[in-house]
Amino acid sequence: MSDHDKIYSTKFQDKIERSTLLMFVMSAFAVAIGGIVEIVPLFYLPNTAMTGGDGTYNGTQHKDLNGNVISMDKIVWNPATSEHKTLDAWQPGDGVRPYTALETAGRNVYIREGCFLCHSQMIRPFRDEKDRYGHYSIAEESMYDHTYQWGSKRTGPDLARVGGKYSDEWHRRHLKYPREVVPESVMPNYFWLENKPVDVAETVKTLEVMTIMPFNPVPKTIYTDEYIAGATAQLEGKTDMDALIAYLQGLGNHVKFEEGVNYRD
Amino acid sequence: MEATQATPVKYDMEVVRWFTIAAAIYAVVGTLIGVYVASELAFPFLNMDLEYITFGRLRPLHTNAVIFAFGGCALMATGFYMVQRTGSTKLWSNKLAWFTFWGWNLIIVSAVITLPLGMTTGKEYAELEWPIDILIAVVWLSFGLNHIMTVAIRKTSHIYVSNWFTMGMIIMITYLHVVNSMAIPVSLTNSFSIYTGVQDAMIQWWWGHNAVGFYLTGGFLGIMYYFVPKQVGKPVFSYRLSVLHFWALTFGYVWLGAHHLQYTALPDWTGSLGAAVSLAMIIPSWGGAMNGMMTLSGAWDRLRTDYILRFLVVALAFYAMSTFEGPVMSIKTVNALSHYTDWTVGHVHSGALGWMAMVAYGAMYHMIKKLWGVEKMYSESLVNVHFWLATIGTVVYVVAMWVSGIMQGLMWRDYDEYGTLTYTFVESVSAMHPYYAMRAIGGAIFNLGAWIALYNIVMTVRTASAVRGANAVPANA
Repeated sequence: MSDHDKIYSTKFQDKIERSTLLMFVMSAFAVAIGGIVEIVPLFYLPNTAMTGGDGTYNGTQHKDLNGNVISMDKIVWNPATSEHKTLDAWQPGDGVRPYTALETAGRNVYIREGCFLCHSQMIRPFRDEKDRYGHYSIAEESMYDHTYQWGSKRTGPDLARVGGKYSDEWHRRHLKYPREVVPESVMPNYFWLENKPVDVAETVKTLEVMTIMPFNPVPKTIYTDEYIAGATAQLEGKTDMDALIAYLQGLGNHVKFEEGVNYRD
Repeated sequence: MEATQATPVKYDMEVVRWFTIAAAIYAVVGTLIGVYVASELAFPFLNMDLEYITFGRLRPLHTNAVIFAFGGCALMATGFYMVQRTGSTKLWSNKLAWFTFWGWNLIIVSAVITLPLGMTTGKEYAELEWPIDILIAVVWLSFGLNHIMTVAIRKTSHIYVSNWFTMGMIIMITYLHVVNSMAIPVSLTNSFSIYTGVQDAMIQWWWGHNAVGFYLTGGFLGIMYYFVPKQVGKPVFSYRLSVLHFWALTFGYVWLGAHHLQYTALPDWTGSLGAAVSLAMIIPSWGGAMNGMMTLSGAWDRLRTDYILRFLVVALAFYAMSTFEGPVMSIKTVNALSHYTDWTVGHVHSGALGWMAMVAYGAMYHMIKKLWGVEKMYSESLVNVHFWLATIGTVVYVVAMWVSGIMQGLMWRDYDEYGTLTYTFVESVSAMHPYYAMRAIGGAIFNLGAWIALYNIVMTVRTASAVRGANAVPANA
């Protein structure tokens, strides 16, 4: 040490430096605080979509311009109050729902191929993003996304509301050979997804696992025993390509957004 | 720093040698994969219609290879080296250190096999599936236990600064890895995070940013605090500044992850808090960078002749630059432009190539001379060539990403006089082409430097071993 600071900085620091245990404990304490302050509240504060789908909304409220509270059942699909009672009967605009069996298989393909590395699924509340992609994303829309797929990079466009924008046939051609549809694209060809049958057993297992998650499980009233039992039939004969297209076509059309409602606050 | 003793301590350095060589090899491999994935974005035919080498599958292999294979081996080599030298003691357990070495390499091999096969959790920088995650936890704790116990049995009165940083890293990475990797498996090769949406995003970036903060920054600051003074031959400029640097980083870095989620569905207060603390972190980061730089005061002329010192000083310059750029990018107004663009990629690489890799190479060259008992590297001028290739490669890379990132951000938000978006998305994609090519070239220049370093290191070791062999007394003499 140089002469001018041969002395210790403080007595406590001197004590810490001489003791492995004290150094360990003080470091372990100092590094824990920030995470606790930023993460723990997200598990109980309203508007972070911790629950839903079974009618419990953790105090979340969205209000319109007149201050009237919008019914949460309009944002998160609740089969108990909706006129559409089953996942197969659900219609766009009924509210956020978990994925169908085929979409779940498609989502597994989406994760496997690392699509999130180039495509985000999180629209920010800016004018240009509204014009380009649609209404900004809200917390409820990814409440069933075990392993969220917001992404961090847009080498390709955002996909949060891609559902229904293009036909199935467009997606099929684009996924197989992107540059045949969009000459400037840098996306890899995914024609080989058509040769891969969907992994039925793993998809069914995925549905089951989603119902036993400790946080935001899919309610048993939605993934009913009958639904999971019928999933195999839904998946038979489908390819990874069919599944991925089904997943993409289901993105972003769950909630019917109304003018003047603050969904972020 | 080291107590002078009558009888020299016999250190456990063989495992350090192996970790050092492994780091030099993984640096070549990791940056080579990086050059390839960068080229895929410039020239998509390079995906070769093979599922295993598509960008989506190879990119996680690149990040894992550079962060955990190269970075990890460099951290463990220097960690085991510094903790022994600063404490004038052998390792607490040499056997456990070898377990760490083989375990860590097994993890790397598992990553090389599973990631191209599409086995991924889908969490950025934490892609490896749950059986490997468990192995990571075990091997990491073996490194941590050995390091902390070696600190505990040190012969010196005080714990040296470098070891504070390494300990902080060990503790924080344990927290992060365990909490972030919590998942329920559906098979041996697939699992899903127990968290969803907002919570998963926040936990993911708490992990993501602190893997940068404690592993790539804290761990490598530990390296800086030992190897800069050693290479200069002077003590650290200010001991008090290092105390401030350590505690401010240890307490403050943890808060920054939220700035990755500005304007998303994450509540606004969380992102604002992350940005506020990010800005505050400029002060200790620059204090630390100054502390390293000023250690050279009175010895600046050494930069003309000491190529290893050049690595360390340029690393500090990149550290200062990145720790200024990062907070600026965390400000909401700037983030609105920079988020989702290549600017983020450029920022990461100015840190990873300019800071982390440079300081690691400086330390590795220094250690190799000591570990194999040689005065000079096989070729000192190749060290200089490596230095320039690494510096130029990094600058080319980062500049390409600055231009492309800001251009993307501006194109996406541009409106024409009729109030409609000026550019389609794909116009921004084609505008990126020259910069993606330039980025690949920058990466290739850096990678060429890594090859030269590996060659130089291998030749140094071979020469040293030959000399040692010739001088050895025959067993039956």
